[in-house]
Amino acid sequence: MHDRSDLCSYIEVYNQPLADASLVACPHCDLLQRLPELERGASARCTRCDKELWRRREDPLNRTLALTLAAAVLYVVANSVPMLGIAAVGHQASTTVIGGAEHLWENGQQIVAVIVLFTAVLAPALQIGFMLAIVLAAHRECPPRWVGTLLRHHPRVRTWSMIEVMLLGVLVALIKIADYATVIPGVALFSLGALIFLLAGMQASFDVQEVWGRIQWAQGSARRALARDRIVEATP
Amino acid sequence: MSVAAVTAMGQGLQSCEVCGLLSRPARGEAEGRCPRCDEELSFRKPDSLQRTWACLIGAAICYIPANVLPVLTTTTAAGAESDTILQGVVLLWSPTGWPLSLIVLFASIMIPSAKILALGYLLLSIQRGSIENNDQRTRLYRMVEFIGRWSMVDVFVDTFTAALIQLQPLMSVEPGPGLFFFAAVVVLTMLAVESFDPRLIWDSVSSREVRHA
Repeated sequence: MHDRSDLCSYIEVYNQPLADASLVACPHCDLLQRLPELERGASARCTRCDKELWRRREDPLNRTLALTLAAAVLYVVANSVPMLGIAAVGHQASTTVIGGAEHLWENGQQIVAVIVLFTAVLAPALQIGFMLAIVLAAHRECPPRWVGTLLRHHPRVRTWSMIEVMLLGVLVALIKIADYATVIPGVALFSLGALIFLLAGMQASFDVQEVWGRIQWAQGSARRALARDRIVEATP
Repeated sequence: MSVAAVTAMGQGLQSCEVCGLLSRPARGEAEGRCPRCDEELSFRKPDSLQRTWACLIGAAICYIPANVLPVLTTTTAAGAESDTILQGVVLLWSPTGWPLSLIVLFASIMIPSAKILALGYLLLSIQRGSIENNDQRTRLYRMVEFIGRWSMVDVFVDTFTAALIQLQPLMSVEPGPGLFFFAAVVVLTMLAVESFDPRLIWDSVSSREVRHA
């Protein structure tokens, strides 16, 4: 249970929201401005630095859900079957994405192996998983608090999810190797190619402000936690 | 600028970096939490300049071994041969392979160095209180943010080249020590971009207006 004094100071430091919810500050230049009511598909930009402040999407939740489910299926395929194989003078070898990281690990490049594993396997999985959970929970009228936690971490996960960069790297490696051996592209390679487009579509169809606008506020839940504490204290 | 720009900080308001909600710190408090998403709020990213400098200097230091040390070692019956990133670009250069060679040259050599120079310029111009070309500088930041991830290409090229060419005893390829430093350059510059606060570019304009008013 929280220490009583801790909980009080925790609540005191909440900021006061503004009465006018359409006022925003540009994240890139801090200019204070009012968001206009947007048509679906239209976008609003900062008048000073041209940063896109909001783009209202057409049917964001259902479209994103469809693309996310498709991406999840392709992700599983892409990571369970071989991506590339080579054949040369009677030798054959093939690798998956994880196999590439494994080889680095075995050859003394553990840190790089972890970076490759994170950017090419783990971060994309989190990106798809978080989005799936967010979209499913956001179908409720008032999405629960944990959706906010996922929404908070989603942009960072997205920055480090580098499937498209990896695929470019694989293509370069493939052409490099073609000089020495016959390259056999695997099913995973094509799945990854399709996955890139699905991930881009998934991000583009999602409207993060739509979900934030309906989410349960942190301040409210902290108030409830305090009320619960008082009840606990009142009944020793 | 002719019209005085009204910024959130100028009005004592904090904008949440996570959910975008604008809110006012409680009376007597300098900073608080976002009432909607619980993020700790501040007017600007905390210690943005110091953190960005730290990551940037780290990246610049790693940039040297990343380009001097070999990233791949090829072992054949004739012996072992090590290649640095630049040698890899030269090796790829052929009548048919030159577009790829250009991609690797661009992603592995030009982007990392351009990123380090661009961030260094942005940091210096902020510390000198420059009010020139604010929108171009903001655009430069967005470009660095957008393009940065692509320098990871070479790490993946070397990873999968090494994983596939395992035709012992004929020919095998192993990753070299340069790969670690190269990956470190990419990760550190990405962290530098994350800790950089583009609103600082515009702050000198606001403070100058206040002084003139």
